[in-house]
Amino acid sequence: MASLTQKERTRIPRQEMPAQDPVVRGGNFNEVALGFTAELAQQEADRCLQCARPHCVEGCPVGVLIPQFIRALREGDMEGAVRAMKVKNGLPAICGRVCPQEVQCEARCVLGRKGEPVAIGRLERFVGDYELAARSCPLEAHPLTGKRVAIVGTGPAGLTCAVDLGREGHRVTMFESLHTPGGVLIYGIPEFRLPKSVVRGEIDYAVECLGIEIHTDYVVGRTLTLSELLAEYDAVFLGTGAGLPSFMRIPGINYNGVLSANEFLTRVNLMKGYLFPEYDTPVKVGRAVAVIGAGNVAMDAARCSLRLQRLQAQKTGEPAGEVHIVYRRSHEEVPARAEEVHHAEEEGVIFDFLTNPVEIYGDERGNVRGMRCIRMQLGEPDASGRRSPVPIPGSEFDMAVDTVIFALGTSPNPLVFVDAEGLQRTKHGTVVADEQTGRTTQPRVWAGGDVVTGAATVVSAMGAGKRAAADMHRFLMGESTGW
Amino acid sequence: MYKILEKQVLSDVTKLMVVEVPQVARKAQAGQFVIVRIGEHSERIPLTIADFDRQAGTITLIFQEVGKSTMEMGTLEPGDGFATVAGPLGHPTEIEKYGTVVCVGGGVGIAPIYPIARALKEAGNRVISIIGARTRDLLFWEERMRAVSDELIVCTDDGSYGRKALVTEPLKELLEARGKEIARVWAIGPAIMMKFVSLTTQPYKVPTVVSLNTIMIDGTGMCGGCRVLLDEGARFVCVDGPEFDAHKVDWNNLLARQQFYRTEEALAVERWQHECQLDKEANRG
Repeated sequence: MASLTQKERTRIPRQEMPAQDPVVRGGNFNEVALGFTAELAQQEADRCLQCARPHCVEGCPVGVLIPQFIRALREGDMEGAVRAMKVKNGLPAICGRVCPQEVQCEARCVLGRKGEPVAIGRLERFVGDYELAARSCPLEAHPLTGKRVAIVGTGPAGLTCAVDLGREGHRVTMFESLHTPGGVLIYGIPEFRLPKSVVRGEIDYAVECLGIEIHTDYVVGRTLTLSELLAEYDAVFLGTGAGLPSFMRIPGINYNGVLSANEFLTRVNLMKGYLFPEYDTPVKVGRAVAVIGAGNVAMDAARCSLRLQRLQAQKTGEPAGEVHIVYRRSHEEVPARAEEVHHAEEEGVIFDFLTNPVEIYGDERGNVRGMRCIRMQLGEPDASGRRSPVPIPGSEFDMAVDTVIFALGTSPNPLVFVDAEGLQRTKHGTVVADEQTGRTTQPRVWAGGDVVTGAATVVSAMGAGKRAAADMHRFLMGESTGW
Repeated sequence: MYKILEKQVLSDVTKLMVVEVPQVARKAQAGQFVIVRIGEHSERIPLTIADFDRQAGTITLIFQEVGKSTMEMGTLEPGDGFATVAGPLGHPTEIEKYGTVVCVGGGVGIAPIYPIARALKEAGNRVISIIGARTRDLLFWEERMRAVSDELIVCTDDGSYGRKALVTEPLKELLEARGKEIARVWAIGPAIMMKFVSLTTQPYKVPTVVSLNTIMIDGTGMCGGCRVLLDEGARFVCVDGPEFDAHKVDWNNLLARQQFYRTEEALAVERWQHECQLDKEANRG
């Protein structure tokens, strides 16, 4: 196939990734997207034009060597593809599944100007999955430098930082507050989008190769404080992620059946509530669920609700009920990844745009029985550049719902700041850190991911972990002094 | 695994365990709690730290078997362990020299009130303690409480031991007789007891602190499941508490929230008891 002309390459259609049927998958928690076969991957790789100046790489927050890994795929050299991938990305099976490629690498692909871009994300996943099984190209560490680094949080930012510093030969110790490493990859993103075996596989592989130590059940700020870590380690990275969930300031948020997406998803994913009573943690959704918000977390909560309803219906034989996404702006402003919105629509999630809750009603036993909403219209652009929604007077109406899930973002966990006086925070409660280096106002402490930016994406957290690791390495090797 | 070093059966349904977890023992203070998890399939549940020994690296947990998880915990023996013990979580009790204070412990709430009473005593307060339970078998640590209290009142609902009264009765008498002396009241026990302690002290305007034991998942400020309504709005028990001004708590909301998973809890208990029965039969057969 190496003999294809550029023109012939552009004529190959973008390959669809096989997926579970929408009706079937609505009743299970198995992975939706099934991944490329070798043939599909080959076909897709053949579409890449191997641009001399590849824009796709510029679109990637971690700078994956995209043309190089696709070229190796094209030549049938799987190990070469893995090697090229791992230069920049130690967790490809995860990124291939959760990155918003359509606004990153794929958005910059030249093929996208006239037709459809190369499916870089799907190819990345293909390479990642191959390597999880084959383990053909283990990550290698440089000789030990004698420096010791503590990483707080084992989510995407911390993991990426740990892998990069481990490869440089620093001794890395990670601290995780929950009982399983992975952060949002474990507690937040559902099994059907990111199987936990993939997360565990990627983490175990990296940790074994690089000798990284992980302490679970360590709540930094309580079990250990930042000051104590600084006394023991040469450098500290904070990747503690999102924290306290935000609720709207409307009446009724404490009725039974009102919960944060964090709680709902943690029950489902980390605690495996969908397998109750085999697993001990219950999770319940009613017949009419409203998820407030339209980000990735909202899509995850909506799609988990739908599956729980259908599993329940399979048991009882009753109709499954319905799940609504309630969003105050319009379809155009939806911040979730395109594929998630598409999948949610396919599965039967109902989208109520330009709608905002104003009050939640309860019954005499304290359970949710309804929600009063108001219609919105788009007004002038706000600070974020998006047209801001304005309520339409007199347009209030009631929705009969029995479960309300707030997916409106979070504010950082306050525990990180215990015994950490040098750490300055923004008015939003996030850690002040340099965007390029991740340096905080406290010497020898770096930070990255949601704890700095507020709720964002997995890959942007990985990018932050990567940039911080580079700066930490320079600092540890004495190439960059001062603070 | 966090190893259980010692187990005491305080009553049919109340168990004490000493657990080796040096990183928690090192930091633990009165009023704080831990999240424990038995194994792979288990819930994460919050338990208040009843005692700690920094030297030995151990903490003491006391729990009442009220649901499937605590029943399963009750079957663990020394040498077994917990998959998770994370903490110490929550703000410690604000220990100062207040003057005369009252510590009320109801049922299994006697366990967490003990280190608070001890710390208050050590800080130079005059400590009056009231401990109570439904019936005699559910009382424990009377001598320990006596050792850290200037006065101790013991009562049971059914009169099987001590005075036949709810804890609020002697409390009301104390407030009537010496209300002006009493600088502060602590109360830990079932939510309904804490509600009535709060209602009892309110007319006397005696500052009253309660330690809330709400449903939690992570216990570290992430899930928000533990939120409680105060006069000023919703607060998270895990990071803002667990102690709150009792007079500001919306008790009816708190009580309703505790009922949300009642059906599931009952189902889990039923399954557990069925499994235990099968195990027993298998052992016999």
